[in-house]
Formats: sequence, C-alpha cells, structure tokens
Amino acid sequence: MNMKELTIISGKGGTGKTSLVASFAALAENKVIVDADVDAADMHLVLEPSVKREAEFMGGHTAQIRPDICNQCGECRERCQFDAVSDDFVVDSIACEGCGVCVHFCPADAIEFPRRLSGKWFVSETRNGPMIHARLGIAEENSGMLVSLLRKEARKLADKKRLEMIITDGPPGIGCPVIASVTGSDAVLIITEPTLSGLHDMKRVGELADFLKVPALLTVNKYDLNPEITRQIESFSRENHIVFTGTIPYDPAVTSAMVAKKSLVEFSDTPAALAIRNIWERVSTYMQT
Amino acid sequence: MILSIASGKGGTGKTTVATNLAAALECPVRLLDCDVEEPNAHIFLKPEITERETVTAVVPDVDLSKCEYCGACGDICQFSAIVAAGETVMTFTEMCHSCKGCMMVCPTGAISESSRTLGEIIKGVSGQVELVYGSLRVGEAMSPPMIRKVKEEVRTEGLTVIDAPPGTSCPVIESIRNTDYVILVTEPTPFGLNDLMLAAEAVRALDIPFGIVLNRCDSGDDNTHRYAREQGIPILMEIPDKREIAEAYSKGHLMIEAFPEMKVGFKNLMGECVKRET
Amino acid sequence: MKLAITSDGTTLSSETDPRFGRAAYFILADPDTLEYEVIENRQNINLPQGAGIQAARTIVNACADALITGNCGPKAFTVLQKAGIEVLPGAKGKVEDVIEQYKKGAFTPAKSANVDGHWV
Repeated sequence: MNMKELTIISGKGGTGKTSLVASFAALAENKVIVDADVDAADMHLVLEPSVKREAEFMGGHTAQIRPDICNQCGECRERCQFDAVSDDFVVDSIACEGCGVCVHFCPADAIEFPRRLSGKWFVSETRNGPMIHARLGIAEENSGMLVSLLRKEARKLADKKRLEMIITDGPPGIGCPVIASVTGSDAVLIITEPTLSGLHDMKRVGELADFLKVPALLTVNKYDLNPEITRQIESFSRENHIVFTGTIPYDPAVTSAMVAKKSLVEFSDTPAALAIRNIWERVSTYMQT
Repeated sequence: MILSIASGKGGTGKTTVATNLAAALECPVRLLDCDVEEPNAHIFLKPEITERETVTAVVPDVDLSKCEYCGACGDICQFSAIVAAGETVMTFTEMCHSCKGCMMVCPTGAISESSRTLGEIIKGVSGQVELVYGSLRVGEAMSPPMIRKVKEEVRTEGLTVIDAPPGTSCPVIESIRNTDYVILVTEPTPFGLNDLMLAAEAVRALDIPFGIVLNRCDSGDDNTHRYAREQGIPILMEIPDKREIAEAYSKGHLMIEAFPEMKVGFKNLMGECVKRET
Repeated sequence: MKLAITSDGTTLSSETDPRFGRAAYFILADPDTLEYEVIENRQNINLPQGAGIQAARTIVNACADALITGNCGPKAFTVLQKAGIEVLPGAKGKVEDVIEQYKKGAFTPAKSANVDGHWV
C-alpha cells in the first residue's frame, strides 16, 4: 500500500494550521489525523474525538536525590552542567536534563533516576475518521519524542485500517517538535500569512524542509490583508521549488466555525471555504503523484 | 523588574505586546526575544545592529589513538550521542546535550571538547530599546540552550522584557522562569482559551504572578472573559480587532506608530504589571 | 560466518521483524550449520531515543558479519558500516526462509540507510 504522510507547518504560530487541517479532515477520505502540536493541542476542539484508547507517555529520566542517603558531598553539584542541584541538594526537575552524570558519580548511590510520566496520548474516533493526539504534561519536555511516537502510532493504524493518508497538524517554530513532525514525511504544507513576520518565518521553515529533504507546498492565509507581501511569498516559493497551492481570503467565518466546533468547509460556503476546497484538490493530487 | 510575555497559542500577539510595550515606555528597556526558533521583534523595532555572536554547545571529540574501547562513554550517554561498538567509537553530535558525562568517565582522557553551532545572538539598539535576540540555526533541534544564552542578557536593574515562544513546554518554561511577572496574550476564541488555560497552569506551576492581555477582544465569544473572572486572573488590557491594526502589523509597523493614541494603553499596561508584581 | 536477523520470535520458524532498532529479538545464526543463538532487544525497544544506534551496538558486539532486517535508519547504518557489518534490507517471511534466500544470494548489501531516522 502506498500510504502518504502530509505534515502541515507554519513557522509562525497562529497562521491557521489547525483550522486548515480540520477542513482537510472533512474533505479527505481514508486518512488518519495526527495532532502533533502536543504542547498546545487544539484539534480536539473541532473534531470532538471520542477516545478509544489512551496510554501514558514516558519521557526522559530525571534525577532525584534521596535525602536519607545523601551525605551532601557536593559531587553532583560540581558535575551538573545544568545547575539543576540546589544548595540543599534538591534537584530542580525543570532544569534537570536527564543526563545521569550525577547518578553515575554519586559516591553514596543516593540518586534515583526514574523516567518521568510526561503526558498521555490517545487513539480516538471522530466524525471525520480516526485521530491520534496527545496531551503533554505542563512544563514537560521531550515533545519531539512524543511527536515521533504519535506519528509511529498513526502509521500502525493506517497500516491496519488500510488508510491512504496521514495528515499531521504540526507545531509552530523550527525546533525539536517540528523536526520530529517533518522528518520522513512525504511532503509538508506550509501555511503562512502575508505579514513581514509570516514571510520571515516561512523562509526559515522552508529552509528546514529543504534541510530535511522533504518537498514543500505552500499556501497563504488571509492573503488580502497585504496583497503585496502575498506576491512576494508567491515569488519566493517559485524561486525555491516550493509548490504554490493557492491563497485563502480573510474570513471572519473561520472564528465563527471554531466557536461552532466545526471546520470551515463544514460550517459555510464562503469564498475562504471554497479556496480551501481548491487547495485540498491540489494538495491531494500532488500527494498521489 | 523582569516581565515576560507568553501565550499558549501562537500568533495571538506576544511580539506585538512586547515590542509596543518596550517602545511606548520612553525609558531605557532591554527586550530579549526568546522565540529563538522564529524571532520577530527585530522586524518591528528595526534595530541598529551592534553585535553578533555565534553560540555553540560543547560536544565530544574522540581521539581514537588514546581510546581503549572500554565503552564507558557510550554507557553513560543517555542520548546515544556517543557509541562505542567493537573497535570503534562514533559520535552523533546533533543528539548531544552537552552534559560532558563521556569526558568525565573516559579513563584515558581520549575525549576532548569540540563544539556544535546552535545559532547566533544578535544585539541592537532602537531608540531607548536595547534588543537582544537569538536565532536558532535551521536544522538545530535544541532551543533551550540558546534561550538560556539570550537570558544571560537579563538586567538586574531597570526593566527587562522577555518575548517567549508559543506553547507550554520546555522552551516556554526556560523563557519565563525566574521572571517577576508574566503577561499571557490571548484572543477570545476556543483555541485561544484552551491554550490560555494550559499556559496559565504552566505559569502557576512556576509560581509567578500573571495577567492577561486580550487581543482582538471583540472577536470570538465571551468564554475567555468568563474564565478570567472565575479564575480571578486580571485582564490587564484589551486590544480591538481592527483591520487597520492587522495591516500595519503586516508591514512591520509598530501599533503605537500607526495609532499613537494607543501609547497610553501600553503605558497603563506597564503600570498594571508593576502594581501586581508582588 | 554469523548472520544476524531481526525477528519477532526466538526460533528459526519465527517471522522476521521489519524493524531494526525496535525489533523484538535478533537471531544470530550460522547459515551453513543453522546453529543459532537468540539476543533479546528488550533493553533497546523502550529507549526514548537512539534505539537504532543501541541495536547496532548490540549487533557489533555480537560479532555478526551481516545483518538482515526490514529497514535500517541512517545512524544505525553508520555504526554498522563503520564496524564492517553488511546491512541487507528487505527481509520478509520466516527467519529460516530468509537464511535460505541469503544463501542463494537474494540480498544485496545496502549502500545507505533505506529509511529516514525517527529522530532527525
């Protein structure tokens, strides 16, 4: 089976990733949706998943000093590169990188090194098909690892149910969770907005896709906010082998649809909804070839 | 005072609030843009660049002529960044967290410090605002060390404003920890509210006082107001949803330049934060 | 000659496991005598990251000459290549059948990883 994976990213946050993916979820058939924006997941607000299976996500390790054994020799404090051990020998779990150096060198064997429960992930059913999503614990790390896990589970599910496509709603930025969302995808769709910030961030995320050797497609949301920058983005994409899939006009119905817990294409037939349908046509044709 | 500006959801206006606040105060302010993955503050402040510095992380470099293939380096590494297999040792420096464990355990001193480029720190001046921002190298996964580096520029005297990245996980925590007050910028939509609730939990976990700036306040629904009321979180400022504001933003203009009457709003915002800091 | 094969069971009639880093077991077999030993990979399966690298290390330390698996990612491939172990991807079916195919020369050594890493 020739299963394909499309990841939607933006660089800049708030350009409309989740709204677009929610519409794709209504338009695409035989697919699984992944919400990979694990530290600010929103897709469930539109797709209203019913959870079929949930599991714990164990992240990295954290050092814990046992005060009953610790003789306060200071070896751990001296060796820790992350200033994670306090003056009174308590490990700051937020600063601790989970490297295990203190555990190894503690002469009293006073440091435990458990893996931490960093979140939960879910396999769910929605009105628009299966969905894999997660909730990262507050102030937890390793979201890249959780993203990798979600994508792996999506692959398993797609294999089992003979689904043709995985559509992944990625996180903003260009760092670890984004790299984990994009690596090995068949294509990324970058959604940006015609602002100088949007342009700046789109270039960086386009560069990242290129670095990871994943072909990139692009769409401009709220293009009519600044037609001049929209033109600049379009010509940038042409010069950099990024497939331009069209533009979406500004539409207050996007927020109304969100409030109504619907995707835009389910909610209305506004020009923006029509534009998204056309973009989906182009994207799905691209993915099939 | 160190004031940090965060939000769960991206694109709600963190940078807008950070840059306009810093520029509106008409006094010396240091602004640290900690959204090192996608820094934007410089687009609005257009600073005159005074300094650029490459930021690196320590990674291992193995001298195989001194190596006895004991495997201790690979055993201590939690990140598979160094591996001893048979008669060879290999490093995967992009996975290295710079704990120096391998160097500490090596019995023959075969491992020395090399470096991996994380990105660049850029400093500049725009009026009374001193801007420092980090720019993560494209392809580099780890932003927290870069954020730590930007945060070394915090001033103990006067006002430092920190523009945090979106989300609620490690990069955000790294940006807002050890600050005196947090402004959470959000918009009154279901996504905005959901992510605001996550961000509020994160700030509470750090035990820092915080308030809300509601951007595009007349869009969406009234659930965010209700949430703030129920939780006793102050709404410090509301910014209207106006196409003219969005257009000015798109061109990289500060709101207080395009709409000078808004200056007083940001000055009041600062006053509210100072009042509630303790 | 020692041939390492990724497997989801502990006998020659077990199915091969297409995964390398997170394979359940490695079967280390002599293709001529069909004598074999089983190496568990449980310690690597649950690693948060670097499972492929650690699995490669296991194979190197077991002194295998070649590895037959389904897919091999870039970092594991680098480790195996550096240790001079041939990587033969594309295994399907039972371990014993794969050994037969190997003896007939059905596998071609990979020149590079055949899948992307899960983590950069």
